[in-house]
Amino acid sequence: MDTRVVLMTASALRLAISRMAHEIAEANAAAERLVLLGIQTGGVHLATRLSTELGRLLGHAVPAGQLDVSLHRDDLHQRPAPAIHPTNLPGDLTGASVILTDDVLFSGRTVRAALDAMHDYGRPGRVQLAVLVDRHGHRHLPVQADFVARKLPTRPGQRVDVQWAEDGGDDCVYLNPP
Amino acid sequence: MTWNRRHLLDIESLSTEELLTVLDTARGFKAVGNRAIKTVPALRGKTVINLFVEPSTRTRISFELAAQRLTADVINFSADTSSLKKGETLRDTARNLEAMNADIIIIRHSAAGAPHFLARFLQASVVNAGDGAHEHPTQALLDVFTIREKRGKLDGLKVVIMGDILFSRVARSNIWALRKLGAEVTLCGPPTLVPKVFEKLGCRVTWDVQEALRDADVVNLLRIQHERQRQSMFPGIGEYRAQFGLDRARMRGLKPDVLIMHPGPINRGVEIDADTADGDRSVILEQVTNGLAVRMAVLYLVTGNDPGFVRG
Repeated sequence: MDTRVVLMTASALRLAISRMAHEIAEANAAAERLVLLGIQTGGVHLATRLSTELGRLLGHAVPAGQLDVSLHRDDLHQRPAPAIHPTNLPGDLTGASVILTDDVLFSGRTVRAALDAMHDYGRPGRVQLAVLVDRHGHRHLPVQADFVARKLPTRPGQRVDVQWAEDGGDDCVYLNPP
Repeated sequence: MTWNRRHLLDIESLSTEELLTVLDTARGFKAVGNRAIKTVPALRGKTVINLFVEPSTRTRISFELAAQRLTADVINFSADTSSLKKGETLRDTARNLEAMNADIIIIRHSAAGAPHFLARFLQASVVNAGDGAHEHPTQALLDVFTIREKRGKLDGLKVVIMGDILFSRVARSNIWALRKLGAEVTLCGPPTLVPKVFEKLGCRVTWDVQEALRDADVVNLLRIQHERQRQSMFPGIGEYRAQFGLDRARMRGLKPDVLIMHPGPINRGVEIDADTADGDRSVILEQVTNGLAVRMAVLYLVTGNDPGFVRG
């Protein structure tokens, strides 16, 4: 039985990403080298979308890459080994202003792993976090997002699922169960 | 992603999906080897013991380096400097190692089934690094990884395994892996070392070298396992070389894009000539590089934890 409810429709998502891009551009007006880094796999499409929007806003390309954090997770030995996805960096991270992106921010553990994984590649000048949905109130670690499309109070047993047009279907964010 | 095993004991019991999971995971780990910082913290705080009751250089070093790149602590144990020499049984040795909180025991042993034996009573994960003439799973995994990387797929490829099949655990593991992934396997060598009974594993057996090699996409050469032969199975090294050695003349009869593989150690001038081993069709050293990635993948996968884990 499908019990999920729609949190964000395709048009809401498009407007929210556009707003996030404006906020990122404003907050990083002085940044010398701005790059986007999507956490595998949930943050990859968000990084690409923001890259397109930012390119349009700033008049120059803002490259997007992908970062796999599975080997840096702190729950590796409490669950089946997660699949490893490719890491592709948008150039040297050292000194860059990195916008780390993910679809849902919940416990903060993925972001912790991402910070560790990133430091194997270089020392960014500044790291900021952009997420589509911030499920606040459930953090296990002191991690906060800098750019958020939708902040949402949820119960621990609920799930937020993001569907991207790139993977088939329309853009949509679901809450399951309501 | 299909993997719910605590051990890697053989290829025979793996499903095609499980094989592909190891190969896909290994691809991720190969990229780690190209980074400036080549270690990842996936096995931090874990203890890996190389229990090598039969000598090995390449495999032991490869497993050791794989474990180190995953940030595990590694202990090497070799039979000739151990209490096994003083009469301790394998069971007692293994239980002692486990009492020191080993998380993974990598075992090489001259007796077929030794890893399966350990897996029956150990809480630690057991990885087979070669058991007698039975299996050498990680060698087969790195071989199929190398073929897949070069050709994109295994399905429909013609793979010839040539040499001492009878005493070769590499051959057995390779046959299982190649068949499960859809390759056509031909075995070739002297009749004493390549008995017809191997056809039961879904391979073709031929003693005609020219015919075997003609349309091969991959030729995997095996060393003569002198240490496992109780008597001489063929007249002599010179004769073997003349009949089966892959030299420049035989190479001319092969497809231009054939892959020449060898699990090592190679015996130059016996099963393979220097020209062939060092030639542009040889992927022998790439196999060694890929072995590291495959072994990292195996150590990573067996330390995952799932209440639904099956033994074996």
